[in-house]
Order: sequence, then structure tokens, then C-alpha cells
Amino acid sequence: MATVLEETAERGAVPHPDITRYSDVNRDILAILGRPGFGWWALVVLAAAGIALLLGAWGWQLYRGMGVAGITKPVGWGVYITTFVFWVGIAHSGTLVSAVLFLFRAPWRQSIYRTAEAMTVFAVMTAGLFPLIHVGRAWLAYWLFPYPNSRFLWPNFRSPLVWDVFAVTTYFTVSATFFYLGTIPDLAAAREQAVGLRKKFYQITSLGWRGTDREWHHFSKAYIYLAALATPLVLSVHSVVSWDFAMGIVPGWHATIFAPYFVAGAIFSGMAMVITLTVVLRKVFGLEAYLTTKHFDAMAKLILMTGLIVLYAYLTEFFMAWYSGEEIERTSFWQRLFGSYWWATWIMLVCNVLVPLMLWFKRVRHSIPALFVISIFINIGMWFERFVIIVVSLATDYIPFAWGVYRPSVVEMAILLGSFAWFGFWFLLFTRLLPPVAIAELKEVLPAPMRRKGVAHHG
Amino acid sequence: MADQERGGVLAAFDYLDSIVDAIHELRKAGYKSLRAYMPYPDHHIEEALGHGPSPVRVWTLVGGLTGAATGFAFTTWSAMDWPLVTGGMPIVSIPTSVVIAFELTILFGALSTLIGLFILSRLPYVKPMIVYDPEFMAGRFGLYVPASGARLDDAWRILERHEPVQITEDREGAHVA
Repeated sequence: MATVLEETAERGAVPHPDITRYSDVNRDILAILGRPGFGWWALVVLAAAGIALLLGAWGWQLYRGMGVAGITKPVGWGVYITTFVFWVGIAHSGTLVSAVLFLFRAPWRQSIYRTAEAMTVFAVMTAGLFPLIHVGRAWLAYWLFPYPNSRFLWPNFRSPLVWDVFAVTTYFTVSATFFYLGTIPDLAAAREQAVGLRKKFYQITSLGWRGTDREWHHFSKAYIYLAALATPLVLSVHSVVSWDFAMGIVPGWHATIFAPYFVAGAIFSGMAMVITLTVVLRKVFGLEAYLTTKHFDAMAKLILMTGLIVLYAYLTEFFMAWYSGEEIERTSFWQRLFGSYWWATWIMLVCNVLVPLMLWFKRVRHSIPALFVISIFINIGMWFERFVIIVVSLATDYIPFAWGVYRPSVVEMAILLGSFAWFGFWFLLFTRLLPPVAIAELKEVLPAPMRRKGVAHHG
Repeated sequence: MADQERGGVLAAFDYLDSIVDAIHELRKAGYKSLRAYMPYPDHHIEEALGHGPSPVRVWTLVGGLTGAATGFAFTTWSAMDWPLVTGGMPIVSIPTSVVIAFELTILFGALSTLIGLFILSRLPYVKPMIVYDPEFMAGRFGLYVPASGARLDDAWRILERHEPVQITEDREGAHVA
């Protein structure tokens, strides 16, 4: 007796009209893993040069001491901490796409989530460098972790900085686990087409995955639970990062709005980075059939929404500073707009508030070049947001006598630049070693092949 | 019977409804331990095979609870081990423990889910892949029926009725896993 499979067309499903068969997905995506061209090698050389710059600058700082960085009294947290928060923020939208949108059953996530998740892992790896650089004596960084030392001293768990250590290491471990788990079936798919050394690599990393019902059965459930764990995690991590500031009594930091404000900002900036990266991937590897304008439209809407939350947070901050009637709080925010760092604040406002407003227009959301340019603006704006929050607040706190102006040194700027190279290097490696579009999961949103036509379009 | 578990037949299908129908018919005919191969997790096949809830969730729960307990216990114990008296604030502070306990809940829960998955689905699988077709990773569905003798012939006939792309006999019983 023939079974009639139920109709489960999902709401908001994104059609992929140019992909007809399951094997097309393997063919198209695995072709990307082929021999890299000249452009890829050129970018790798560029990234390697950037990493050399990073290591050189860091080495110089280790050799000469923290004096080569511009941070000093009163601004003890400068470019390093700004960039740390920036990269942690970038990471967040990857988890949003891979875990939160998975739980919400948003079918448009399938094409972009692998890229977004890889971005998360690499961004946390980049962010993780900065506490090491910032602490100065990087070889003693293990002091951050609780371990049985000779005097049985433990970290002070009342400090938000210790929470941050736990939050960021957990975030890295869990997002790397989640990323790897989701990749296993695709590594198995890559294994079947690869030859030589690559085949060995995929054979080992795919753990002998065969796609049996038992494997998939436990895999799908494990994936749901990991997504359910990653969702509160992503909210907690940037909340904890924001408490590094909000728990201090510095004017401009000590605000209850900080946790949601930082989380929204993180997703805002991360989504922009996803667009920046996927636009390039789509162009370079010809993934037009997989990353359609509908995907970009959905991402742009997310940016618009989180951008409005960020705008709301800005307005609240300024309003509360004025409404509190507190002289010091008012001064701090006046300094943001018209003080020594007025330019940083105005860059932030233009990039994060004005430019994303263009996304209200459907024509802009459907134009890939426009989205690319807007995403770059947001990336810049969000770096400056963290710079403004951290530096301006510290530069002009309670006593005008102690005020000062911080100028980032060459070493700090070199390390900032090098961090992009470090991130880019891992991302370049990723595009050649792992399928950048999730092969197995994409098939879940394609119509299943049916012998009897028209019985099901499953989700 | 012991020899029934040795050997079997592997069919590859191009269509989802074919394999689902075949599973239903084979199960009705009394075939057990059917194994399906699929390029993505298809719930029609899982339902046809009659999978119950996966015990992975127990691993997640136990791991998460262990993490929470560890977080609270460790922060409390270390605060009491070396009391830091500051401004009359409590030595054992619940709000600060919550953050650590929360992060460890997630960390332990995630790692234990991963371990649970590996144990339950018997990964990594290191035996040679004999009864297997690389096409299962691309677009085909596979169905393996452990049977021998007359039962194998019956299974063969049932499978054939659902227009498989390919049927192969596995004499050695290499698949038993």
C-alpha cells in the first residue's frame, strides 16, 4: 500500500528554483573545495603578511613592555579592549543564525549558517587574542583560570572580568563543538569526492559517518539540544562582556541597559559581517543559486531591527544622562558628542544610525552592492561604538584634573589591523577545507524527490 | 535464528516515497533491524522505522545539572576557603555564583551532549565501509535488510516492487553494526 506523505511546506520557505536535484548540491558545493586559484593564494599571502605584522607588533610590546601601547592613565582600556568587544560582538550573529534561527525554524538560515558559524568560531579566536595582548605578560595568562596553585588562591568570582573568562571560553568551546558537529555529515560528503591527502583529512574528520538512520536520529536530537544551549549562551556572553563595564562606577558605563544594548549591538554588527563575507563568497564561488536576494533581504531586515534597538539604546543613554540631572553623567555624554572624541561619536552615529535607515527601502535590501557597502559602514560604526563607550568614558570621568586624551599608538593600530588578517586567514582556510554551504541541511529545504508526483513538499 | 542475522540485502532508492513504502511493507512482513541511509535527516523515514525519543536528552540534562552544581559548589567553596572580607558584603555571594554556574551548565551540557551522541550513534565508525554507497551522501536513499535464505529472497522481491536503482546482496554479513 502506498503511503501518502503529508504536506509540510514551511511558512516563509525560500525556494531555490535553480537547484533541482540533491546531487546538484554536492556537485556545486564540493566544487568549491577544488584547487585554489591565484586570487586565493594572493589573499593568503596578504593574510600571512598581516599576521606577521600582528606578531611583530605584539613581540615588540612583549619585549619593550606595555609602554609601547598608548594606554595609560586615565585611559587604561583602549584599542585592545575595544577590538576584543568588537570581535566578540561579530561572533554573536553566527550563533544567532545557526542556533536561534534554527530553533525558530527559519528556513532561510540553511544557506548561510555554515559561513556564519565559521565566522563565529574564528571571531572568538580573534577576540581571545586581545585579553592576552592586553594583560601584558601574556605568558602568565593562565592566572586567569582557577587552578590549584601553590598558595591555594582562587580567582575572585565577584569580578566581572572572571565571569568574562568563563563566558568567553565556554562560548568558544560550545560554538566550536556546534560548528564541528554540524559539519560532520558534510565532511563525509566531501570524503566521497576527495582524493589523496584531502581524502585522508575528510576520512578522519568525518568520523566514519555513513548517514544511517541511527546516526541521524541521535544527531538531529543532539543538534537541537546544542542549539537550545547555545541560544541562552549567546545572550549571556555579551551580557557578561557588557558587565565588564556596567559593573564599574565609571560615568557612561554604569547603566542597567548595557546587557540588552550590547547583545543587540553584537547581532547588528555580526549580521553586517555575515553580509560582508557572504557577498564575497557568492561572487567568488558563483553561489547565486544558493544565496538568493531573499536571503540577503532577510539578513537586511535583521540588521534593520537590531539597528533600531541600538538606536533606541543610544537615545535612552543620552536621555537618561540628561534626565538624571547628574552633573558628571551629563558631562560624560556631552563629552561624547562635543569633546575631544567628537569625531568618533559622529562616525558611530552616522554609520550605525543613519546609513542602516536606507534598509527600509526594498530596492536597497535587494541590491547586493548596496548591502555590501552598508555592511562595511556598520562594521566600522560598531568598532567606533565600543571605542566611544570605553575610551570617552574613561578619558573624562569624575575629576576634570584627571582627564586625559588617549591616542592609539602605532603598535596598537598594527595589532588591530593584524587581527583582521588573523581572522581572514582562518576564513580563507575554511572556504577551501570545509563546505561553506551546509550540504545536508540545505537538502532539508529542497523538495524531496517523489516517484508519485505532487505528494509532498517537505520542510 | 543466528544465521538470519548474517547477510542481507542493500537497496538504493532515488525517491523518498519509494523507500518509505518499502520500509512499511518490510516491517509488516516481519523484518527487523532495518537500516536506512539518507543524505539528510528525513523524518518520514525515521517515523516509518519507528524510532522512539533519542536518549541524547538525558546526557544533556545530566551534563547541564552537573555543570550548574559544579559552578555553585566551586564558587562557594573557593570563597569560603579564602574569605575576602570587603565592605561587609557577603562572603558567599549568590548573584556572582549564578553567572559562573550558568556558563558551566552550558559548557558541561554541551560537552556531555556531544559525548552522548558519539556513544549512542557509535561514532567514530572505524570499520571498513563495505555495505555502503557513496551516493548516500549525495542524493540516494539506502535500505539495508538483514536476512538470509528464503527470507532474503522475499525481502528482495519486496524491495524490487518499489523500483530501487540498485539492489546488492551482502553475503558476508559485513554490515552487522
